[in-house]
Amino acid sequence: MTHAPSLHSRAQRVLAGETIAAARLIRDVDDRREAARADLRELFPHVGKAHIIGVTGSPGVGKSSLVDALITEWRARGKTVAVVAVDPSSPFTGGAILGDRIRMQTHSLDPGVFIRSVASRGFLGGLSPSIDEIVLVFDAMGFDVILVETVGVGQGEVDIIRSSHTTLVVLSPNSGDDVQGLKAGLLEVADIFVVNKADLPGADRTRTMLKRMVNLGQGALRDPGWAIPTRSTSTTQGTPEERGIAALVDACVEHRDHLRGGPGLAERNASRLRSYVLRLAGEGLAGRLEKALLAHPDLAELERGETDPYAVANALIGTVTHEDL
Amino acid sequence: MDRRLRVLLGKPGLDGHDRGALVVARALRDAGFEVIYSGLHQTPEMLVNVAIQEAVDCIGLSIMSGAHDYLMPEVVRLLAQRGASDIFVFGGGIIPDEDVPPLLEAGVVAIFGPGTPTREIVEWLKAEAQSRASA
Repeated sequence: MTHAPSLHSRAQRVLAGETIAAARLIRDVDDRREAARADLRELFPHVGKAHIIGVTGSPGVGKSSLVDALITEWRARGKTVAVVAVDPSSPFTGGAILGDRIRMQTHSLDPGVFIRSVASRGFLGGLSPSIDEIVLVFDAMGFDVILVETVGVGQGEVDIIRSSHTTLVVLSPNSGDDVQGLKAGLLEVADIFVVNKADLPGADRTRTMLKRMVNLGQGALRDPGWAIPTRSTSTTQGTPEERGIAALVDACVEHRDHLRGGPGLAERNASRLRSYVLRLAGEGLAGRLEKALLAHPDLAELERGETDPYAVANALIGTVTHEDL
Repeated sequence: MDRRLRVLLGKPGLDGHDRGALVVARALRDAGFEVIYSGLHQTPEMLVNVAIQEAVDCIGLSIMSGAHDYLMPEVVRLLAQRGASDIFVFGGGIIPDEDVPPLLEAGVVAIFGPGTPTREIVEWLKAEAQSRASA
């Protein structure tokens, strides 16, 4: 199969920066339409320039407002910015209210900013099943910075680290004591900590808790050469210095330079690709396994109690692994 | 394939009354739609940009300020200008009966007045989107 790009293929229009073509491709990606696959394959050779930054934290810590402030700062530095903002889908109806971009209204007329709201569509881990593909589209379009805002997460939804270069974990003041800081999960995955709403009481305690936690270990778990910084921000109060947004962007740039200066960038890109391929393969296989199971002769035996689930699962894997995805 | 209808609910103009828009947003969510809410005080240009970036099926405009006869047709016009006239526009709010025919003529597909049961809006949207998808 060849993929010679025709002059007006949708992928070509996306590469030329056509918002409408990119937006509709993303819609097809999100709807898991076959039509998107050829475009994504055509775009793939064009990726690799963007700095992909995950922004995660509990509901209400101010992730969207922070993203809004980060867009402003990066635009002031002459960078183009794409945002993927994920909000949860209802487990009952599949519906969703996508409200993150309400905090980012000031950028809706800026041609250097593309904001896309995405529903999690049943995907656990704080993201959406199509996150890697949407990032791919923005990367191929040439955006300098791609901000991925996760759903408001609890302690364990940390898939963002497999989709980004730099992960910001955002907390608000009074987010717990030293024992909270020791727990596994969310606090382990930060490349940079952000104490947002730093104008509120309790910000100092949270900052101290984070610093103690960082000092207990030897650098970041994934990257011992990186000393995890903590930055305080406010999106509503204070002078630009007090708001700390420029300092946070500086920390993001330092982290990117740190990754570029060592094996970090290649490692994270490889990890992103592995997770992307596994997700694609898993999605393809899951559908096929389900179909194969319904047609499998051993199913009746299993229901009569004449065989066991392990044997059927093994047989099932054998029936689907010889076809192409 | 997992196609979900996506709707932008917009509040263009200067009025700050979004209870109605929020009630509709909630009803659409509960009917399985993905709803993007614009927030208050949007211009038609902002709403059209958002609708295009979000690749929605339609825009619902809620207006209480009396400026519907300018704002609603302007959104329709800008969508056409940007090559996105397949995104259809409907509206609601305080809109006098005599203002409805000119709005429909300008390309707004339907107007829902105060007291419309949310189920009516949901059923209409589903039917409208379906008839467009199969057209």
